[in-house]
Amino acid sequence: MAANQTDALTRKVDDYNSETDSDYTSYWRDWFVATRGHEYFCEIDEEYLTDRFNLTGLQAEVQYYQYALDLITDVFDFDCDDDIREQIEKSARHLYGLVHARYIITTRGLQKMLEKYKKFDFGRCPRVFCRAHPLLPIGLSDLPHTKSVKLYCAKCEDVYSPKSSRHASIDGAYFGTSFPHILFQVYPAFIPAKSNERYSPRCFGFKTHAVAALARWQEQKRDEQDRRLAQVGIEVKREDDDEPEGSSEGEEFSR
Amino acid sequence: MEEEESWISSYCNVMGHEYFAEVSEDFIEDDFNLTGLGAVVPRYKEALEMILDVEPEDDSESPGSASESLSDNPNAPAYRRSRDHARTALDYSLIEKSAELLYGLIHQRFITSRQGIQVMYEKYLANHFGFCPRVNCQSARVLPCGYSDTPGNDTVKLFCPSCCDIYVPPHSRFQAVDGAYFGTTFPTLFLMTFPELDISGTGRKDVTASSNLNSSGGRKGANNNTLPPINGVPANNIAPGLGKGKRYEMRIYGFRVNERARSGPRMGWLRDKPQDLEELNEMAQLEAEAAMDSGEEAAEEDEDEEEEEEEEEDQEMTYPDGGPGRRRTAKGAAASAVATASTSEVGNGGDSVR
Repeated sequence: MAANQTDALTRKVDDYNSETDSDYTSYWRDWFVATRGHEYFCEIDEEYLTDRFNLTGLQAEVQYYQYALDLITDVFDFDCDDDIREQIEKSARHLYGLVHARYIITTRGLQKMLEKYKKFDFGRCPRVFCRAHPLLPIGLSDLPHTKSVKLYCAKCEDVYSPKSSRHASIDGAYFGTSFPHILFQVYPAFIPAKSNERYSPRCFGFKTHAVAALARWQEQKRDEQDRRLAQVGIEVKREDDDEPEGSSEGEEFSR
Repeated sequence: MEEEESWISSYCNVMGHEYFAEVSEDFIEDDFNLTGLGAVVPRYKEALEMILDVEPEDDSESPGSASESLSDNPNAPAYRRSRDHARTALDYSLIEKSAELLYGLIHQRFITSRQGIQVMYEKYLANHFGFCPRVNCQSARVLPCGYSDTPGNDTVKLFCPSCCDIYVPPHSRFQAVDGAYFGTTFPTLFLMTFPELDISGTGRKDVTASSNLNSSGGRKGANNNTLPPINGVPANNIAPGLGKGKRYEMRIYGFRVNERARSGPRMGWLRDKPQDLEELNEMAQLEAEAAMDSGEEAAEEDEDEEEEEEEEEDQEMTYPDGGPGRRRTAKGAAASAVATASTSEVGNGGDSVR
């Protein structure tokens, strides 16, 4: 279905091509970003794509590099059979992804991704105590074809698998391993307040020893870190400091 | 009528009710299991009759006769038809609502019973509850749970034993299911009932591949490399998805972000676990501390050792409340206590020990 659509689109693009070269922009990219399953992608600026410097080294990575690039920048006019066109289409998607990973850590790209982040375009953290905090896409490897895209939650600083299988098939390298962290370096105002809230499993209201001991150990580590940072003058703000241990226990018994 | 699907199984087959186990009728018919529910559930008697597919009794000869009337009366179909006409649609939907509430609360009790937990165990092995969304849990199976035992507070959540955290179910259809229908106790009790079950995501495939999973309650997989228990739980089942190598580290261009950075890591503790799980054995540590105290007395004449102790005390002083610092140094202190003991036996060989 997608292939037919693109065929139609490229034909349309060709039509446009014969008429005028100036008036349309980002036809292929518009379509690509709007495709179902491509919700995580943002649109790459034409200028960025046409600057060769930004594409350094991608020639070796992508088949039919020049044609793919032409397709992305909507200057594709090359008569070929459907098989080749299909191949070029595939290369174009791959190339777009690889450029995307570079683009989203530029100033413009970060802005665009931040807008998407604010709109919850990447979904919400499944962890209950993150209270549906928005996620950011992340790759676990910068090399293509190794791992699919994952989602990073800035509140719990952990990575999760996307819910939907259509996102699970996107290459993680199209977003890169550094992107969310660069975003928060550039926009520190968006670093969420960390939370001390956590789940303590209970059996008839009582905590179990093994898990509770681990939780105590973890909280000790947390306090150590806070103290370590306080010594160098960094104050760590955490929501819900010192959860009322005793009172929650009382609650359990009153049931 | 016999061909008809029972209320319970049709309820469990509704989309979004995949987590529910079918409560056995024996369990519901035992009045003891329903203690106190009459006060919580409106239209209790009708709701109970609906759950058990019992024909409503008009003259209410005896409220507790559910089991009696269940034992099949031959004129049931005709009777039911007439009753269905008499009952208005509104009544029906109200009772249906009560029945769902009642079933949920019975379900909460059922899945913590011996019989019910076995049913849930089979559902667990059949992956009915789904998997942990956390990447480092490697798709460990999760267990449904509630955050409250009172109905109406919160929806059902999923507990991952591999990271000891709870998650929102992936599909919005589960947002309509009350968490109290599963209760806060179930996941914990489940893990206590099947302590040797491999709860890590990596072991999952092996377990499903082996043929012995349906029979004995999870204890069969036990014979392969189960570590000695710590704090009453096999060491390999204490949060297998946490700890070194299972924590996400933020990196920019391959370099770890320092914790002093404004955007640096602050939540590492949540996914941390001691590499040596013996550190969690607080009892042993207290014993070690006690040994250290007695060792201190023994080493009073040994000046070198005393200096070392002082150093440790200094370290502890840097932590205002002393607690965590003490624990952290407890191991080292225990080691020095051993050293103290050995030196006091050997004599004044403090330097040679070091």
